[in-house]
Amino acid sequence: MNWLLFLEQVLNGFQLGILLFLLAAGLTLVFGIMDLINLAHGSLYMMGAYFCATFTAWTDSFLLGALLALLATFILGLLVEVIALRNLYARDHLDQVLATFGLILFFNEFVRLVWGPIGLDIPLPALLNTTVEIFPGVPYPTYRIAIILIGLLVAGLLYLIVSRTKLGMLIRAGASNRETIGALGINIRLLFTLVFGLGAVLAGLAGLMAGPILSVEIGMGDGILILALVVIVIGGIGSIKGAFIAAIIVGLIDTVGRSFLPELLELFFSEANAATAAPAISSMLIYILMALVLAIRPQGLFPPRGASG
Amino acid sequence: MNPSPRFMVNAGLLIALAAAPLIAEWLGDSFYTGLLSRVLILAIAALSLNLLIGYGGMVSFGHAAYIGVGAYMVGIGAFHAFEDGIDWMLNGYIQVLAAIFGSALIALVIGLISLRTRGVYFIMITMAFSQMLYFTAVGVEIYGADDGLTIYERSDMLGLIDMSDEKSLYYLIFVSLLIVLYGLHRLIGSQFGAVIRGTKSNEARMRSIGFSPYKYRLAAFVIAGSIAGYAGFLMANLNDFVSPDMMHWTRSGDLIIMIVLGGISSLFGPVYGAVAFLFLEELLSSIPLTIGGLRVGEYWQLIFGPLLIVIVLYARNGIDSFLPREERRA
Repeated sequence: MNWLLFLEQVLNGFQLGILLFLLAAGLTLVFGIMDLINLAHGSLYMMGAYFCATFTAWTDSFLLGALLALLATFILGLLVEVIALRNLYARDHLDQVLATFGLILFFNEFVRLVWGPIGLDIPLPALLNTTVEIFPGVPYPTYRIAIILIGLLVAGLLYLIVSRTKLGMLIRAGASNRETIGALGINIRLLFTLVFGLGAVLAGLAGLMAGPILSVEIGMGDGILILALVVIVIGGIGSIKGAFIAAIIVGLIDTVGRSFLPELLELFFSEANAATAAPAISSMLIYILMALVLAIRPQGLFPPRGASG
Repeated sequence: MNPSPRFMVNAGLLIALAAAPLIAEWLGDSFYTGLLSRVLILAIAALSLNLLIGYGGMVSFGHAAYIGVGAYMVGIGAFHAFEDGIDWMLNGYIQVLAAIFGSALIALVIGLISLRTRGVYFIMITMAFSQMLYFTAVGVEIYGADDGLTIYERSDMLGLIDMSDEKSLYYLIFVSLLIVLYGLHRLIGSQFGAVIRGTKSNEARMRSIGFSPYKYRLAAFVIAGSIAGYAGFLMANLNDFVSPDMMHWTRSGDLIIMIVLGGISSLFGPVYGAVAFLFLEELLSSIPLTIGGLRVGEYWQLIFGPLLIVIVLYARNGIDSFLPREERRA
């Protein structure tokens, strides 16, 4: 096995894990606090990427474009919450799934209308469009390192917000017992809207950071949404810590599995069989992991304290 | 006993569906026979899903995967018959059995794991497993990977049914729908159905009177999966094509839309829902209105998406609530 290649794949896996975490954090917060399953979370990811592509083209600066895109996704998140989702908190999960599925259809079609059916590119700024030698003779794209660093920074910030601030206290209280904090006179409506906006920003950040490496296209959030769902199921719904650890695990297993499973299988089977089976099996890996976790701990690895069900 | 108004409406729908291809033929437009065939296949799949959602309270979000499994059995059979000359694999009866038992087996495995969980976990897990099957299909290169398989020869029913004749295929689908409707009607009315419904409303109570809900739920899950697999067998023959797209989680979402559109609390609801879903799609996408050079119909989901939200918020029981009430049996 080529260890340098392995190291590169580990970094790639880490970077996918970071993106998954940003997406899963919002999803798990919204579920933990509002008891809402939001399938349209992937649409916010997509909108973040499209906003960024447009604002980058306007301002000619990726950084400025990204900041404007985050602001736009935040406002969009608030609008979606106030107009549609606010009315769904008290409904059962079937209603939530269906209504947010309606939102996905709307956003995919909206993107097709405004930006057209063909995907967009987000050009990288020259500063990040370089490589860094992480080890002698091993170049690695600066941009991917930047993603990892920004992701870790955001994860740290999120941890500080949740564990050290008043807002965080309310968030933790909400995840444990919604009714009680309402009875204590907290403005729940505002809290819910803010939390949803925060989740939207995180999803938008993930989308716009993924934009330059993956392509910005319609439905780009639909596939990764499922991965984010797997992450929060493994991590324990409602837990930020669980989401972070599970996201990194899923990112690593998926990326490293895809690149090394063929070699691994060749140890046991003929080369032809290994080459045929590997793509199918490697795409199953994280689901098998999920099944294992559920078989042992149906509540996920880190269920939030005091949460019921 | 006089037939209830509800019975008359349902019977009217079935008679209209029975006569539809003849009318289409008379009008000289066989397009509608194909469209209705699709509607009825989706109705069969939606009916099976409603056993889980409407009667069992199990919101399975991966039902399209079983349709895909059933369809791939036809696709794989036709592929080997065509490429390797293995004739028995084209045999429609073997394909039907493979579709039903194949999807039942996969439903059993998925059900064993996911039925350990409840509520939103269950939704996400069924969704994730269906996506796993989707990616597996994408990964299998000999069966076309993400391009799918074109089916050059439809199932060989040994001269009993001519699958390539649109009208006979339609009637096969129609009769299948009747059988599924009747079977589900009997199932829901049986003790098994009572346990499933009882578990939906109060699981602890079912346990305390001595039933093990898990086994019943698993059985319902497998039955629903195998019916969807059969729908997949029909779908593959209708489309002459199978691809991973049939199994994508958004297709499962379509099935749930149909159920809710029709009304989850009635046997016939999904049939109305499937008709309404494809009718709405046809209707909205043919809106002739043009705004600023853009044809509104081309972007029909822009209307359909918000419409779904409105239906969820304000018309909970779908079409079912507009039909005459069913008289409650004493």
